[in-house]
Amino acid sequence: MSGIVIRVENLSKRYRIGSLRPSYKTLRESLTEAAQAPLRRAAKLLRGEAYGAAGLEETIWALKDVSFRVDQGEVVGIIGRNGAGKTTLLKILSRITEPTEGCAEIHGRMGALLEVGTGFHPELTGRENIYLNGAILGMRKVEIESKFDEIVAFSGVEQFIDTPIKHYSSGMAVRLAFSVAAHLEPEILLVDEVLAVGDAAFQRKCMGKMQDVAREGRTVLFVSHNMGAIQSMCQRAIWLNGGKVMSDGVSRQVVQQYMGSASGDSVLYAPQPSRGYTDLIIEKMVLKNSQGQITKTVSSGEELHIEIYYHALKRLPKPYFWIAIRSRFGSLCGANMLFDGACPECIEGRGMIACTFSALRLLPQIYTIRLGIRHQNGINNYIENAEISFAVTGAAQDLGMEGEMAHNFFDDFYCLLVPYAWHLPDGKIVPVNGFHVCQESASPTSDLGMQNGDQ
Amino acid sequence: MSRQIADYHVEEVPCILIRPSKGWRLINLRELRAYRELLYFLAWRDIKVRYKQTVLGAAWAIIQPFFTMVVFSLFFGRLAKVPSDGIPYPIFSYSALVPWTFFANGLTQSSASLVAGAALVKKVYFPRLVLPISAVLSGVVDFALAFVVLVGMMFFYGIIPTVAAVWLPFFLLLALVTSLGVGLWLTAMNAQFRDVRYAVPFLVQLWLFATPIAYPSSLLSEPWRTLYGINPMTGVVEGFRWALLGTQTAPGPMIYVSALVSLGLLVSGAFYFRRLEKTFADVI
Repeated sequence: MSGIVIRVENLSKRYRIGSLRPSYKTLRESLTEAAQAPLRRAAKLLRGEAYGAAGLEETIWALKDVSFRVDQGEVVGIIGRNGAGKTTLLKILSRITEPTEGCAEIHGRMGALLEVGTGFHPELTGRENIYLNGAILGMRKVEIESKFDEIVAFSGVEQFIDTPIKHYSSGMAVRLAFSVAAHLEPEILLVDEVLAVGDAAFQRKCMGKMQDVAREGRTVLFVSHNMGAIQSMCQRAIWLNGGKVMSDGVSRQVVQQYMGSASGDSVLYAPQPSRGYTDLIIEKMVLKNSQGQITKTVSSGEELHIEIYYHALKRLPKPYFWIAIRSRFGSLCGANMLFDGACPECIEGRGMIACTFSALRLLPQIYTIRLGIRHQNGINNYIENAEISFAVTGAAQDLGMEGEMAHNFFDDFYCLLVPYAWHLPDGKIVPVNGFHVCQESASPTSDLGMQNGDQ
Repeated sequence: MSRQIADYHVEEVPCILIRPSKGWRLINLRELRAYRELLYFLAWRDIKVRYKQTVLGAAWAIIQPFFTMVVFSLFFGRLAKVPSDGIPYPIFSYSALVPWTFFANGLTQSSASLVAGAALVKKVYFPRLVLPISAVLSGVVDFALAFVVLVGMMFFYGIIPTVAAVWLPFFLLLALVTSLGVGLWLTAMNAQFRDVRYAVPFLVQLWLFATPIAYPSSLLSEPWRTLYGINPMTGVVEGFRWALLGTQTAPGPMIYVSALVSLGLLVSGAFYFRRLEKTFADVI
């Protein structure tokens, strides 16, 4: 069971993004234009030409010369920023829209999930919507009938199955929608970011379902922003940027490259608004790894060195620097001279202050470093919230996580890894993240995961 | 594993080739056939949903042609004394209004179907022809309801249908084909320019009076009468009357003209639709 099932050759798609309207100078001009335009458009319409095929429009290439092949049974992650062309690629492969250039070949029964609940009608009951949605996704009636009970059970809305879904909560509707989608069983599955729906518990259920699909040996193209999911589910990833393939290969490496680029410039130069105090300028902020190289990515547990290059326009006594490392949940940890009692006596002219975080045990995500500098009174700011971001890379396995749900770890729960141990009823102690167990009965795996030790 | 391989060989592996299409394309009937279940489900949805949250429900399917008939009988039949081929005016006009309403609703619904189904078109692949076809088909139920009233009226007026009544399905089909043909043109245009939405009610109204519904086509003399068949609804309406009421207007050359025009509309509409189909997902 091998062979190429998806072959994509130089696939390109051009979109028109509105017209570059000539600016009308006079009322007369705009009136003539208004009179002529409908005639021109009508003529075009009757010739069967696409809307606005004339050269007046501004166009963008949503996809440009994308080529790749996918073998039978491969699970391929597609990553990239918003607008990188991921959805366009799926739309072309699922035949929703045509490519402008290039071609693609697909061997096998294909199903595409660009959205869950497409075609759900609020007036129809849950039962009716299952049939309708199933048919829209390309399932046969007999197929839906045979899976009906499973679908309902998976969704967990049994009691309301004969209620019109307009009375459902949005969460219930989404669950029902995903259940139908999850029971789609094509040979080739294209999935857009549809897993980002529902509550965390349901998301985990969906991820589990996706894993099953992957294990069953079906070919899957999977668009996601969840790097953890991509790394644990896909052997291979394709990184799209600006409609082009930036990288295509082993998912862990591709994700690393992508995260490295996604965290933006490693050197920050942004004179931040400072309320009333223009005496201090941050010229740049630089991140370095343990080897002293400028970087945007560090692996979990590695040292992170932050250098702040300032320019004090006059002598500033006792400025307080603070640094906070933040995830999307908020601040995780930081350093603050105000509390540490470590501020310089004074600064003047150009200089640098650095701060080293050792053993920064963060989970693979993108983080920001926020910097502020305060006046000696501890209240007024010279610099407020200057930011720079960096990525922590690595997959669940690198962190020593071995549980079967490890892949879900990244986005859902927390960011910080601390050593801990489980004390089980049978007296067994399971150390995690390099927890140091002093008993001799403990397993010798206290270096599980981290190298840059725990003390 | 071995079973899978066996399946692999038995079941033909579909191969899809995706490339930019050029110019006019043929209608892929095989694919359309493969999607007949979706067609059925969409038509079924339209029927289910149409009269949800209404007080009178499916009665609307009858009210529409029936009250038009009442108004016509009053103004054209009574006041203007429009001839009705020797048949009581109410049934004369109602027998024409039943297929007309089917046609007009089918046309309106199908021309709006693509824009109404934009969410589907943008997110799922299926032959886009399914949308206007299912919109027209869903009107058959309304037609059936209105037709029951027609049968009741025939009882009331003591009109016994002739053997010609076996031709009714053919005339219904003709109405369907016309409705779909025009609907395909309009729905494809509607995807590009929403002007169609405003033009359709206007078009339907004009077309109503251009069709011998309130008056008989026998008002015209022969070469003109056949020519009148260019409006395919003339053939449908007069065919209905002939098949049900036994009017003297046996379908002669006029019906052939209507059938040809109607077929022409369907084929050209389908080609036009197919040509614009590739742009739908991008412009809707």
